[in-house]
Amino acid sequence: MSNVLELRNVRKSFGENVVLHDISLAVPEHTATVLIGASGSGKSTLLRCINLLESIDDGAILLDGKEISDPGIDGDAVRRKLTMVFQSFNLFPHKTVLENVTLAPIKVHGKSKEEAMEIATLLLSRFDLLEKADQYPDRLSGGQQQRVAIIRSLAVNPRLLLLDEVTSALDPVLVNEVLSIVRDLKGDGMTMVLATHEMGFATQVADEVCFLESGTILERGPAHEVLARPQHQRTQDFLKRVHEAGRL
Amino acid sequence: MEKRGNEHASPWTPSERELERRQIRRALTKRKIVIASLSSLIVISLLATVVVTSPGFQVVRQTFFDFHYGQVVIKTVSRGILVNLLLTIVASILIGFIALVLALLRTTKSAALVPFRFLATVYVDIFRGVPLLLVILLVGFGVPALRLTGMTNSVLVLGTIAVVLTYSAYVAEVIRSGILSIHPSQRAAARSLGLSQAQTMRHVVLPQAIRRVIPPLLNDFVSLLKDTGLVSILGVTDAVRAAQIHASRTFNYTPYVVAALLFLIITIPLTRYTDKALHRTYSAQNAQGEA
Ligand SMILES: Nc1ncnc2c1ncn2[C@@H]1O[C@H](COP(=O)(O)OP(=O)(O)O)[C@@H](O)[C@H]1O
Ligand SMILES: [Mg+2]
Repeated sequence: MSNVLELRNVRKSFGENVVLHDISLAVPEHTATVLIGASGSGKSTLLRCINLLESIDDGAILLDGKEISDPGIDGDAVRRKLTMVFQSFNLFPHKTVLENVTLAPIKVHGKSKEEAMEIATLLLSRFDLLEKADQYPDRLSGGQQQRVAIIRSLAVNPRLLLLDEVTSALDPVLVNEVLSIVRDLKGDGMTMVLATHEMGFATQVADEVCFLESGTILERGPAHEVLARPQHQRTQDFLKRVHEAGRL
Repeated sequence: MEKRGNEHASPWTPSERELERRQIRRALTKRKIVIASLSSLIVISLLATVVVTSPGFQVVRQTFFDFHYGQVVIKTVSRGILVNLLLTIVASILIGFIALVLALLRTTKSAALVPFRFLATVYVDIFRGVPLLLVILLVGFGVPALRLTGMTNSVLVLGTIAVVLTYSAYVAEVIRSGILSIHPSQRAAARSLGLSQAQTMRHVVLPQAIRRVIPPLLNDFVSLLKDTGLVSILGVTDAVRAAQIHASRTFNYTPYVVAALLFLIITIPLTRYTDKALHRTYSAQNAQGEA
């Protein structure tokens, strides 16, 4: 199995504030890497760096063995291969569900309108959203919006999918409909890096769990080890807090 | 706007209590109407009495509201307002185009466009800061004085150019504020789908930005229509100039009032519509109830 994504000693700072210290990570094809850690530990920043929405200050990021963190690299070309789903959905409010999903296939991947519609229809019906195709996002529940956002990312057939706390903005009752899509994707063999506070879900999908604290990966390993038998005191404390918050 | 309650054909049989409430609501509405009509009646009749019985009323009526004279001049003044309208329409098309380019230049991050960004900023600073009347005088009288070959001497064209120069700066700022008001997360979402900077602007940011600034743009449109009256100073026979020609001959100011009324006939529906548009934008952003 080859690595789809590799991070080598990545560092990132905002001014004086060093947000990522020496992060190294390898994500083999068809695996899911789950990032856990308290708010402010650097999960979003890490994902944004991988997506080239932020530039890194040291180290290297490789996509399919090719370095994408070089300054001269065409960021648009890289982002054509990996997409990101955000905590706050970020659907385009002036476009219908269908238009949200078909925009990138048409404009970025040169698909014809018919092809794009076919892809969109297929995905929307697979995830039970076909009847919402002509609605605007503000008519959808949070769960439905986030499912559309995931479908929008899938429509470009990404090599790597990044998911940043996709359920954190949702009512507890809506969380599962979103997580079940991600489980399905994992079943399809999609390569993913995701940040989440849903530990039960993490256990189900993660091939590797990384616990981030203050921009460092303090502990990593298979879910059944890191989540069930954490070695590090800090990891234990964090999991205890999450557990008390009722999300395990 | 949603209708409050279910006054019409509710899908269920209303309860006793709800029927009672509706009765009360109707009674309250009736009372409000009565109060509003009474107070309007009193205020208006008071005003009318004061105006009509005031000592200068007859003179004022003859000098400003001479109905027969009004009928005489309305034809030429209306022909004048057609000039204002034409100028407004031609100018707003040009303004829309130039302002969009200026706003895009001012918000671009492209390195190649840096000098243009700087120039656009200078342009906007200058034309936002100079009175329109001065620009009209400078262009209208200054440009012909240069005796450039091939340059028009038509005051109508020069007046339009002056108005376009100034309003492009105003409108560019309105559009730019709209662009800046779109949350960065929209850009991030578009970019992470692979859209380029330009595509993100074209398909995601700009459509939302323009929608958001429609009310202030309509405001500017009304101002533009009124300000076209300023080109009369160059000798363009618009409504203002036409009225002026009449008034200076007879020393009766009814033609000005006629011109004012003609402007109002166009601007009042526009301002009402702007209010509505504003209300729509506002309530779309605050879909949290009516209170
Ligand atoms: N654009 C930014 N500018 C400055 N500081 C930032 C920026 N984005 C994130 N940070 C800082 O980086 C740290 C990590 O944030 P983030 O990656 O959002 O953490 P998490 O997603 O784990 O909650 C925080 O201290 C945050 O204040
Ligand atoms: Mg985050």
